Amino acid sequence: MLTYLRRSVVMAAISLVVFGFLYALAGTGVAQLLFRHQADGSITANGSTLIGQSWTSPRWFHGRPDDTGPYAANPKKGIAGGDNPLLANGVAGESGATNLGPRSKVLLADTKALVTYRHRLGVDPTEDLVTTSGSGYDPDITPLDAVVQIPMVAKATGISQSALRHLVAAETHGAELGFLGSSYVDVLQLNEGLARLERAGH
Amino acid sequence: MGFLWTIVTLVVALGLTWRYLGSYMAAVFDGRVHFLGAVERPLYRALGTSPDREQTWRRYAISVVAFSGVSFALTYLLLRIQGSLPLNPQHLGAVGPALSFNTAASFLTNTNWQNYGGETTMSYFSQIGALTVQQFVSPAVGIVAAIALVRGFARKESATIGNFWVDLVRCLFYVLLPIAFLAGIVFVGQGAVQTLAGTVSIHDAMNGVTQTIARGPIGFMEAIKQLGTNGGGFLNANSATPYENPTALTNWLSIYLLLAIPFSLTYTFGKLVGSVRQGRALLAAMVLIFGVWVGFTSYSEHQGNPAVAAAGIVHQPTGNMVGKEVRFGDTSSALFAVASTQTSTGSADASYDSFTPMGGFGLLTGMMLGEVTPGGTGTGLYTMLIYAIVAVFIGGLMIGRTPEYLGKKIQAKEVKLAGLGSLVMPLVVLVLTAIAVSVHAGRIGPLNSGPHGFTEILYALTSQGNNNGSAFGGLSGNTPFYNVVGAIDMLIGRFGIMIPALALGGSLAAKNVVPESLGTFRTDNTMFVGLVIGVIVIIGGLTFFPAISLGPIVEQLGHGKFF
Repeated sequence: MLTYLRRSVVMAAISLVVFGFLYALAGTGVAQLLFRHQADGSITANGSTLIGQSWTSPRWFHGRPDDTGPYAANPKKGIAGGDNPLLANGVAGESGATNLGPRSKVLLADTKALVTYRHRLGVDPTEDLVTTSGSGYDPDITPLDAVVQIPMVAKATGISQSALRHLVAAETHGAELGFLGSSYVDVLQLNEGLARLERAGH
Repeated sequence: MGFLWTIVTLVVALGLTWRYLGSYMAAVFDGRVHFLGAVERPLYRALGTSPDREQTWRRYAISVVAFSGVSFALTYLLLRIQGSLPLNPQHLGAVGPALSFNTAASFLTNTNWQNYGGETTMSYFSQIGALTVQQFVSPAVGIVAAIALVRGFARKESATIGNFWVDLVRCLFYVLLPIAFLAGIVFVGQGAVQTLAGTVSIHDAMNGVTQTIARGPIGFMEAIKQLGTNGGGFLNANSATPYENPTALTNWLSIYLLLAIPFSLTYTFGKLVGSVRQGRALLAAMVLIFGVWVGFTSYSEHQGNPAVAAAGIVHQPTGNMVGKEVRFGDTSSALFAVASTQTSTGSADASYDSFTPMGGFGLLTGMMLGEVTPGGTGTGLYTMLIYAIVAVFIGGLMIGRTPEYLGKKIQAKEVKLAGLGSLVMPLVVLVLTAIAVSVHAGRIGPLNSGPHGFTEILYALTSQGNNNGSAFGGLSGNTPFYNVVGAIDMLIGRFGIMIPALALGGSLAAKNVVPESLGTFRTDNTMFVGLVIGVIVIIGGLTFFPAISLGPIVEQLGHGKFF
């Protein structure tokens, strides 16, 4: 019996060193050497292109509603997950979905509130704009989700609708390799493009 | 159209992998691969063993249990003293005793059920030293147990079925490590994070948002998490988070990785027993069931969400997007979910709790089939072989002959062991679900009301009993009740099947081979594939039908009703 135990301890120690630390450290080394920008989180001047943010002003294109109140990562625990895994505007949270079932009264009420909110901003919402995502901070919307917001943004910024349509088209990423996943628009990049457009005096 | 190409490319890639990874693994476990001999030999010396010292099934099983026990103790200890260990930039404190117990059982059994949010609970040391290590070791234990059972069929009049330590070392170094490392590079290249620096704070001047973003050594953990059908992610929202699964390409790669070894092992099986046709028959049964489930689950998720429709958005061209990420879309998320639930992986690129009733039904029943289509790494193959023995037994009853499988007589002892192996899971899942809904501590768990709340409980115990680890995430699992009950569920679901499988291996290895005759019941043709599918569906379908009816089926039929 002692032999089994001794072998088990030796094997566990080898595993800890090789498959824990050597693997993770060698991986980090290679990652930092080859893909430093990605490995550090795709951080740009205004945030990470992979982490959604809360956009509330009609001057910007909005992302998916993951931010506050009933749309928090885990309403039961009272954690506001919103647009950030750890902390956004002083509110603590972690990544996560609402986990509301397809026939949940809470989901129905939340969605109704979001539809009303979008209508008030002058947007005829698509489903993505009134539903929360899997991570709680989806950085992307579909091109159609951006297009339905064009009247709102045009009115608030004074930029012509056709210029905004060009912007959305220019910022649209096609499905990867032409067939994987959906085509999408990164909301942060889209709004950075919008800011450039404004600075250039339309 | 895009979804069709996703399927086509996966089929082609997995077909090639089945053929070549399958034969490579056969060579590895036959001891014909030596390119890391310089690493292997000192390891065997340290372990005090060598490839020519083989074990009986009992010694093999004791080695499995001893090694698992030590791994359990070490993982538990590391989580409990997390606060005093290095690599903890967020200064997270010790993990509580009940949660550490559940997590250690979960990672040791290759379940990766997570009652915690990774970014707010686990230090980098714990993620690397306690969790990633088990993500390599636990699938390797599953694979070598399957190989030991296959040797039972391949050998005649042999007292031994291999050497656990040698098999384990070979599996880890020749199979898991190289593939995971290469895949890790791709994940990071696509945008998965891999750093030991702590969180980062950024202020966006455009909207005034200030964020503190969690980071960590994520990308390489992601690679082994999918390859080893583990499923436990670094972050709470698992593969839905862009830092774990940044693009549609990594989503495709995840699906590919988690199906690669379980499917390929059927080729390894065929190769080791000397007839690839036998492996192909098992593969066919797996693929047929898997394909049907992908079909109706993707179709269900492409329908709209009933609550969103009732709120006024009737036209939902992109399907049910509640809890899904835009970059993946509805059908690819459904495909990922089916692959993840039917391989005992349990990773999630969407919120399974928010799937449509029939979509959730697809995921739940996929696990209830016993994780054999294709199942987890190794665990899928040995459970499938147990079902195949049951199928052979039923076939033998129909034609009135002593059943044989691969030339081995299937007698009372083998049928008893196969019966035990196939009934342990449904028994433990249903009994524990009954207990959970009978006590207050169990009933306060669910987030959702009505039938969906019941489904959350049933899903949790099915997932843990099948060592899957995916969740209907609304359930508050981090309570003493669910931590302890879940850990028991996972341990029985793991060892209650693995040990009978090893015993079967030992019993079969000792037998002589009966020469094939005209009257031999063939196990490599369409008839047998149909029989195996029948056994899987009857054991999964009929035992769980009453429970399923109370959950997703009631929810689906309750048109227009909200809970």
